Amino acid sequence: MAKLPLVFTVNGVEQAELVEPGSLLVDVIRDKLGLTGTRVGCGQGTCGACTVLINGEPTLSCLTLAVRTNEQEVTTIEGIATNGALHPLQRAFAERFATQCGFCTAGMIIAAKALLDRNANPGRDDVIDAISGNICRCTGYEPIVNAILAAASDMRAAKSA
Amino acid sequence: MEQVREFFAAERKDDGKAVGTSLARSDALGHVTGRTQFYADRQFPGTLHLKMVRSPHDHARILSVDTSEAEKTPGVVRILTHGDVPANIYTILRLIQVEPNDEPVLAVDKVRFKGEQIVAILAESEAVARDAAAKVRVEYEVLPAVFDVEEALKPGAPLVNEYHGKNWFTYEGHHCRRVRHGDVAKGFAEADHVIEERYQSSPIEHAPVETTGCIVVPEANGRLTCYSNTQALFFTLDNAGLILNVPFQKLRLIGGTVGGGFGGKVDVIVEPIAMLGAMLTGRPVKYAYSREEEMQVSSPRAAERIYIKDGVMNDGRIVARQIRLYVDAGAYSRHSPYGTTKAAAHFPGPYTIPNVSVDAHCVYTNRTPSSAMRGFGVTIGDFALEVQMDKLARLVGMDPIAFRIRNAYRDGDMKAHGEITKGAALIETMQAAANLAGWRLGPTELAASSLERGA
Repeated sequence: MAKLPLVFTVNGVEQAELVEPGSLLVDVIRDKLGLTGTRVGCGQGTCGACTVLINGEPTLSCLTLAVRTNEQEVTTIEGIATNGALHPLQRAFAERFATQCGFCTAGMIIAAKALLDRNANPGRDDVIDAISGNICRCTGYEPIVNAILAAASDMRAAKSA
Repeated sequence: MEQVREFFAAERKDDGKAVGTSLARSDALGHVTGRTQFYADRQFPGTLHLKMVRSPHDHARILSVDTSEAEKTPGVVRILTHGDVPANIYTILRLIQVEPNDEPVLAVDKVRFKGEQIVAILAESEAVARDAAAKVRVEYEVLPAVFDVEEALKPGAPLVNEYHGKNWFTYEGHHCRRVRHGDVAKGFAEADHVIEERYQSSPIEHAPVETTGCIVVPEANGRLTCYSNTQALFFTLDNAGLILNVPFQKLRLIGGTVGGGFGGKVDVIVEPIAMLGAMLTGRPVKYAYSREEEMQVSSPRAAERIYIKDGVMNDGRIVARQIRLYVDAGAYSRHSPYGTTKAAAHFPGPYTIPNVSVDAHCVYTNRTPSSAMRGFGVTIGDFALEVQMDKLARLVGMDPIAFRIRNAYRDGDMKAHGEITKGAALIETMQAAANLAGWRLGPTELAASSLERGA
């Protein structure tokens, strides 16, 4: 089968790849671009470990055909720090023990970023709803929810400062 | 604090200042930036993908295996069957003298559980390997299967594992692991009440978010480097060396970063066959479970059936406890003979009971082999024991914590398996927990101590 051209923006950088028609976005991100922070836990859209942002929307990259992201903007865990400074979510997850094995962490942070980008002041239920598609088997969800709420609060404080 | 020092003084020479402070996890920054490297994050040019042909039956004789169509599939590089494995029959815990070897790396003439691996396909891509696996023709004679631990022990039950010759693991000539302490018959005869209860747990899958897998890379110096998410690097190295019949120094295991394990990644399943593939093809080989494989074929926590018979006095003393435990090992031993021994030693729980009898059976069935999981051999037993303790407390009309303190083991007490109790802290832990929970204890319970023998 002829390969298809894929031109898209990943973490602010334009990328051009030739991909098999059935290629999945997660495989292109991981295998061709070497951005392995996006994980594969189930390959069937149930665990959320592969969550990335496509034009700001949280999306399961294991269920997304790579060519669908042609001329779109994709953001992965490697693209959310700015000028070397961790994103408030990354800082909160690290400081508040919201990671254990670390395998679900990238998907959790990306799903949470999508929430905070559209709602600067989420309630606990909003946070739980936002990560309801992300499975963690180690920490339990409490420290994760607390970290997201703390990051939201940090971001509001930074904005008003 | 003095007791802790007595036990760990030599091993723990730290300055004792960590408790009460918040220390950053050393791996947290890697996790939140995505830079933590799991085994699957390493890429090697020319990697072959390994997929298994698995049994669709719980129990069947293999009459024939035909790989000719699969071999013709473009992109298939090599197909492995049991004859390719130098020492195909093994058991993980032979490293600690558990016998006999009872499990094939690749099935020989029989499959004993649904999902058992029979033929390994090595191909240029995962998709090709999967397609070729579907083209392997295996002819089966389906055999009667047994799924219940007590049914499996009855005469005439289907024989699951010929390497044992019977459906149970033999402990030093006995059909079960036994603990005998005092005289339970005498204890039951003296007791004011005797009750027996039955407890049954289900198999539990660890379901780590990262599935089990490894990548094996043949090096120029003749060694194999295996990047694995195993929780047991040295078990894996030693077993793989024995299975492949190569010196241990030819194998290098790199691991330590595990995307969730919980005991589910201590078996030695994916590495030896991936290593063999790398040896025979000279190319890197990746063998990663799909989510379906993780759920269907990776070892769960064993299902346990536990009968607890207790003799208790009106004043709250337990005078006899008899346990019959049936651990469902599934089709192969893996870690279950060890887990069963651990369970036997753990009974009758942290209580001093003068008359104890334990029969702990490690039983083979046609279920997925069970293995390690967080406190295996102890966790389910503790559930059963503590539910039983609540029932006994209600029976004699005592507060459940007071009832436990009454029976709690103290320093100097003889345990059922013949060790003197040292460093007991059950009473102090219950006192502290009751305090935190606002649960009122009476003066007798508040004055109780692990350092003073009970009434």
